Amino acid sequence: MLNVAVVRFPGSNCDFDSLRAAEQVGTNAYLVWHRDASLRGADVVILPGGFSYGDYLRSGAIARFSPIMQAVQRHAAEGGPVLGICNGFQILCEAHLLPGALMRNAGLSFVSKPVDVVVERADTVFTSAYAEGARLRLPVAHGDGRFVAAEDTLRMLEAEGRVVLRYEPASEASPFQPNPNGSANHIAGISNAAGTVVGIMPHPERVAESLLGAPDGLGFFTSLAAWEPRASTPNVPSR
Amino acid sequence: MSYRVHVRVMPRASLLDPQGQAVEHALSALGFGEAGGVRVGRAIELEVAAASQAEAEARVRQMCDKLLANPVTEDYLLQVEGA
Repeated sequence: MLNVAVVRFPGSNCDFDSLRAAEQVGTNAYLVWHRDASLRGADVVILPGGFSYGDYLRSGAIARFSPIMQAVQRHAAEGGPVLGICNGFQILCEAHLLPGALMRNAGLSFVSKPVDVVVERADTVFTSAYAEGARLRLPVAHGDGRFVAAEDTLRMLEAEGRVVLRYEPASEASPFQPNPNGSANHIAGISNAAGTVVGIMPHPERVAESLLGAPDGLGFFTSLAAWEPRASTPNVPSR
Repeated sequence: MSYRVHVRVMPRASLLDPQGQAVEHALSALGFGEAGGVRVGRAIELEVAAASQAEAEARVRQMCDKLLANPVTEDYLLQVEGA
């Protein structure tokens, strides 16, 4: 059974939602405290949403130096999958596991509502269950979601097809305000080159079961559950 | 020796600063229409034990590069005072 570690920082508040979504797709999911040094043999790591360290200094800036993040860095360097959702995405950028940064929303307001996004890359560990071009309606809830990066970084992300999710332009079928935060190129999520590290601002774990409406976010979890660790990946539990 | 260091962290000039814009609009609404180019950043003060002023400055630069400023979005300025 796949081991999924959900890292809990002081101020995480989507840890149980992420845990439940990962359990629902048949993985062995468990919480790991930010001061732990070990991921306890995790195959996949989820950095959940929330407000780690009260968003002091910059969102994710302090969580990035938590002891557990050294283990997450090693895990990612060895090709292990990491999904950062919302605050998790901010932490991945601060940790330089993904390029760019997430700044205060252009409209200054905290934005909490459903948005329509397009899956632009369906060959990552976390999006393989979707068809490329699939449209999803996912909730966002953030104050610092404006993705920015240097011009050459943006060109690289586009050229290498590393935009995983993009806010869909407004249309009759998509009544919600497009691009809720002023992100460059309407970017809602990106990946590393290998497609193993993915950061997204929307919250798929909040719409991962039909009780909560259309389970548009479930695919992130069925995708990770279908991922097969390579035989060469070290996976030794160290409890 | 102990040195007091003032760090000024500002959003990079090329990036949208919505906080600065909001403050500028508020100033204008209060009758200060002459104010323009408002930008909002962050000031950090700290005391650093170091053998020399140059060493204190070098250490705080490392702190800025690693934690206090985000090199993707922010620039910083340092001012070091002898204690």
